[in-house]
Amino acid sequence: MTSLTAARIQMELSLGFHMIFAAIGIAMPAMMLIAEHRWIRYRDADALALARMWARLTAVTFAIGAVSGTALSFELGLLWPRFMAFAGPLIGPAFALEGFAFFVEAIFLGLYLYGWERLSPRRHWLCGWAVAVSGVLSGILVLATNAWMQHPVGFRVGPDGQPVDVDAFAVLLNPAWPAMALHSTLSTYQAVGFAAAGTYAWAMWRRRQTDRYSRLGLAIAMAVATGAAILQPISGDLLAKRAHVHQPAKLAAMEGQFQTERRAPLRIGGIPDVDRRETRYAIEIPAALSFLAASDLDTEVLGLDRFPREDWPPVLVTHLAFQIMVGAAMAMLVVAAWYWLTRWRARPRGIDIPLPRPLLASLVVCAPLGFVALEAGWVVTEVGRQPWVIYNVMRTADAATPVTDVWRSLVLFGTLYAGLLVLLGFFLWKLATERGSTPEHS
Amino acid sequence: MSLAALLAFVMLASLIAYAILGGADFGAGIWDLLSRGPRGPAHRRELARAIGPVWEANHVWLIFLIVLLFTCFPSAYATASIALFWPLHLVLVGIVLRGTAFVFRAYASASAGVQAAWGHVFGASSAMTPVLLGICLGAVSTGGIRTDGSLVAPASGLAWTSRFPLATGILALLICAYLAAVYLAWESRDAALKEDFRARAIGCWLVAGAMSILVLLLAYADAPRLWSRLTSPPAVAFIAGGALLAPASFASLWRRRYGLARVLGAAQVGALLLGWGGAQWPFLIYPDITIAGAAAPQSTLMLTAATLPIGFAALVPSLWLLFSVFKGKGGEA
Repeated sequence: MTSLTAARIQMELSLGFHMIFAAIGIAMPAMMLIAEHRWIRYRDADALALARMWARLTAVTFAIGAVSGTALSFELGLLWPRFMAFAGPLIGPAFALEGFAFFVEAIFLGLYLYGWERLSPRRHWLCGWAVAVSGVLSGILVLATNAWMQHPVGFRVGPDGQPVDVDAFAVLLNPAWPAMALHSTLSTYQAVGFAAAGTYAWAMWRRRQTDRYSRLGLAIAMAVATGAAILQPISGDLLAKRAHVHQPAKLAAMEGQFQTERRAPLRIGGIPDVDRRETRYAIEIPAALSFLAASDLDTEVLGLDRFPREDWPPVLVTHLAFQIMVGAAMAMLVVAAWYWLTRWRARPRGIDIPLPRPLLASLVVCAPLGFVALEAGWVVTEVGRQPWVIYNVMRTADAATPVTDVWRSLVLFGTLYAGLLVLLGFFLWKLATERGSTPEHS
Repeated sequence: MSLAALLAFVMLASLIAYAILGGADFGAGIWDLLSRGPRGPAHRRELARAIGPVWEANHVWLIFLIVLLFTCFPSAYATASIALFWPLHLVLVGIVLRGTAFVFRAYASASAGVQAAWGHVFGASSAMTPVLLGICLGAVSTGGIRTDGSLVAPASGLAWTSRFPLATGILALLICAYLAAVYLAWESRDAALKEDFRARAIGCWLVAGAMSILVLLLAYADAPRLWSRLTSPPAVAFIAGGALLAPASFASLWRRRYGLARVLGAAQVGALLLGWGGAQWPFLIYPDITIAGAAAPQSTLMLTAATLPIGFAALVPSLWLLFSVFKGKGGEA
């Protein structure tokens, strides 16, 4: 295995692993705060039990997110030293700000988790706010780096291949950043909301009776998840329109668009065949892609034919990941609509209604879909940027470490993360099947 | 002072904060591993209670340090990443295992067997990580990491295996254990536990003192430039200051003045690292990478320096709140 291949796999593993925990660490505190607010306001004991359960979950996932995030801050250099030597001065200040946001998050999480008995309820709740806000902020600040890799600004490439005329502040004004930050922040709420909702739906399905604790947990989770699920297609549309202008090769790979054309169709499903330069078995909606790209049916959408073959992203992976993301999003929207319709029909009774078993089963099926969509969306944006690590500036192959035995560190990290995932799955399973009445430390 | 030098100093300050705060958390893990006898379970409870609310915040100093390094001195970061590929990977394994083991033990299972297993992982990774971090600090001081134009010389990958870095690694381990014992002697509520940690602190004081002398002798033999800078101004002032604090630390432990011992212990570690920083000046990685040579473009340095007051304005009151809630009033926390 070449060092480049090993470095890519190790980076993918590390990021893919970290992202799950980072997402939970960003979104879970919001649910925790809603539940704790119900406790403070209405003395709702079930809400307190939920808040404590979600705090326990946040404690574990935040810690794993923090240490795997630390690993990433080193792995950027360990695996891609040439990328970092180039990009460090540009993306670094956003990371420094992220460092402070993360610091504040860690401090207030310590206060929140260990402060139930030491702080007044209101101050405790406010500490939770600091966790939720700084968590979102640090996620947004990390995205500045990724936005810069997609849309590099603030420098020229000098004669020695290093950046010159560096304007580090331009990175913080990058036009590619807001839409990406919005899309990824929403994805964390959607993923965590549906995962939690599915867990409570499963508890109701299995016990054939519904206790109030599970119904309340489900309602809070669905409120968070549905809000995100509705906004997400809108923010995704902003990204697609940006890709049409700034990263047309990525859009072409996402859609399996080999030929440049006006009135380009939107393809649902299908398998891109790179050798024959066509996408087969797709359901095509005429002119819909042109319309989505620039709100005009006659828009010309560039196909991969306009790019040299060596500049193509991996078409199959990008297209399939995009289809998975969109498909999962649609499924979640439908199930969310079903849930709220059921609630609305019996609205005088609030959450105290029995939910039909097919709905519960659908919610269980949706439990992993938010995370599936989150990871698939990440694959779309990262694989779709290839073969570049910095779009149109530095190729991924030129960024890798000269160290020759990267496969060994890949084996080391692969084993470590696989083992931790198994243990964590086991832990979450236990947590999901017990009631959340245990105080989180004694 | 140039902006690059100022930012390098902020990095050194972060390293010191990490050593005296995060280092003690590693030390707690080491004592967790070594706890035996009838009071073992009480020790473990006390250790977990002491580090639980603060270890994640203390850990962020390391992230902050590494972010400043790759932002302000990108070529130094790239060179260290290549030359220290293995020790840094092992540091990461240690950091990941320690964090996950701590939370799994705290939250995941009430069964004694599972808790004990996680406890061993927590202890072993807490011991391994500071050794490797100490090795990395030693390796950038000896001259074993060389660059050849823009490339890192192949032999650099073994620089961390020579005896000076190994000795600094062991010294780092002993310092972590020493700080944890001193802090715990101050923090513990139980008189018997206070005595236990006092005895450990005194033991560590002796061993770490001997190890410091050995490290200096090895610097004389293996890292002559570091030795000559350590023994001349300004570094010599810090090293001498640290040496003078040592007997005072011992006396305060002996006389059970734990509040004073805590301050003196932290000051000793600060003096040692300031001395190292002074001796290392103007190099980040001796002998090819200097602070001025590796510095990022001015625009980056200015923006980074501008974020520091904003960041610290948020950070300092938050940290004050955290420590006043959980570490206020010795023995009452």
